[in-house]
Amino acid sequence: MCATCGCAGDGHQLKAFLPGARPRSFAGLKLSNSDHSPANSELRTANSELRTANSELRTANSELRTANSKLVVDIERDILDKNNRLAERNRGYFEAKNIVALNMVSSPGSGKTSILERTLADKGREMAFFIVEGDQQTSRDAERIAAGGAPVVQVNTGKGCHLEAEMVHQAIRQLQPTENSVVVIENVGNLVCPSMFDLGESKRVVVISITEGEDKPLKYPDMFHTSQLCIINKIDLLPYLKFDVEALKTFALQVNPGLEFIELSATSGEGMNQWYAWIKKQQTASHFSK
Amino acid sequence: MHELSIIQSIIDTVETEVTRKGGSYRVEAVVLQIGTLAGVETGSLEFLWPAAVQNTLLDGAECQIEIVPGTAVCSDCGTGFSMINYFDPCPNCRSHLINVQTGEELKIKTIELCAQPADVPATATN
Ligand SMILES: Nc1nc2c(ncn2[C@@H]2O[C@H](COP(=O)(O)OP(=O)(O)OP(=O)(O)O)[C@@H](O)[C@H]2O)c(=O)[nH]1
Ligand SMILES: [Mg+2]
Ligand SMILES: [Zn+2]
Ligand SMILES: [Zn+2]
Ligand SMILES: [Zn+2]
Repeated sequence: MCATCGCAGDGHQLKAFLPGARPRSFAGLKLSNSDHSPANSELRTANSELRTANSELRTANSELRTANSKLVVDIERDILDKNNRLAERNRGYFEAKNIVALNMVSSPGSGKTSILERTLADKGREMAFFIVEGDQQTSRDAERIAAGGAPVVQVNTGKGCHLEAEMVHQAIRQLQPTENSVVVIENVGNLVCPSMFDLGESKRVVVISITEGEDKPLKYPDMFHTSQLCIINKIDLLPYLKFDVEALKTFALQVNPGLEFIELSATSGEGMNQWYAWIKKQQTASHFSK
Repeated sequence: MHELSIIQSIIDTVETEVTRKGGSYRVEAVVLQIGTLAGVETGSLEFLWPAAVQNTLLDGAECQIEIVPGTAVCSDCGTGFSMINYFDPCPNCRSHLINVQTGEELKIKTIELCAQPADVPATATN
């Protein structure tokens, strides 16, 4: 939806970079925006005057009517019901194809794309990866991933600060991931909003870099509470910074006692093998967890 | 600012519900239940509401929010307690292994509709 005025136009756009095909935009997926032209606003003013008149009539009229015209309807439904149901559909699709789907979340710049680039360079021949890149603007991250040869779809959320299950559904339809593959969804860099939106992922991975504060888990608990793995990135910078890795872990465990940790550096490659082993473990785990 | 997406989801659900009922209804109020741990700023939600529901079936409807406080039960010693943050330990044994009981609600509880006549009545002229 349009976050500027609250109108219901859905502004997100997809762009696919599939090997052997030229990048394509899917214009059909961009739903039209509402009309904000001055003529329209005049119409709206006129319309609202009519409405006022009309509502006066209605008020007069309603006085004539009995009180039983009021109706309380029980809804008792989760506000995010629609997203949750779509997420379950994605999850079913992933499970049926034995796909490990990872939702990577973090604040902007903690190194999600760098970790993916390195992963594709190191393991791209051994495992089949399909990538969904979520950013508000540009396809820069998708271009970085495509340069490494992996199929990738960029979702631009526009003003939206998180991916939703429907966007992932559309991206997956473009990507056509193969059986037993690994789908990595890089969410929009934002430590608050994405935590509420289930995408249908098998596991959620929160990335924090040591250039951020140790107390991030306490300040942004939701993201750490809903993740299963925490990657601590940029450990090559440890000698230069005052960063207490143990304090970070303690705080994160207070928010989520089941959280796992991997310390690594996308730049130096240190610790990356633990990450690859973790992904492999998810692949074998999914064989038996049904 | 995910509060706008939240409102959009509410609009979708309520419009579907009202349309399904058929007839002509005006939505007078939407009653929400939002837990303190649900990750929603009720202040921004209320602030964004009037503009966000404009030109929808919820135009002019009131947004009533019931806040649900957080409670948990300690997995280690069974103590029940009220909590504000996920990192709040059990007050009895200081354990962080806790089971959240309430506070994560994010629900549309009820909607209040007012039946309105399909046409402006002729009774006004006499
Ligand atoms: N020193 C060091 N720098 C890193 C490491 N990983 C990433 N960076 C740098 O951090 C910056 C951001 O990296 P990205 O991979 O673009 O981060 P991101 O999380 O994808 O960012 P957004 O998509 O914008 O949220 C870049 O300048 C990277 O070179 C690392 O392990 N060590
Ligand atoms: Mg990135
Ligand atoms: Zn938000
Ligand atoms: Zn958002
Ligand atoms: Zn206890």
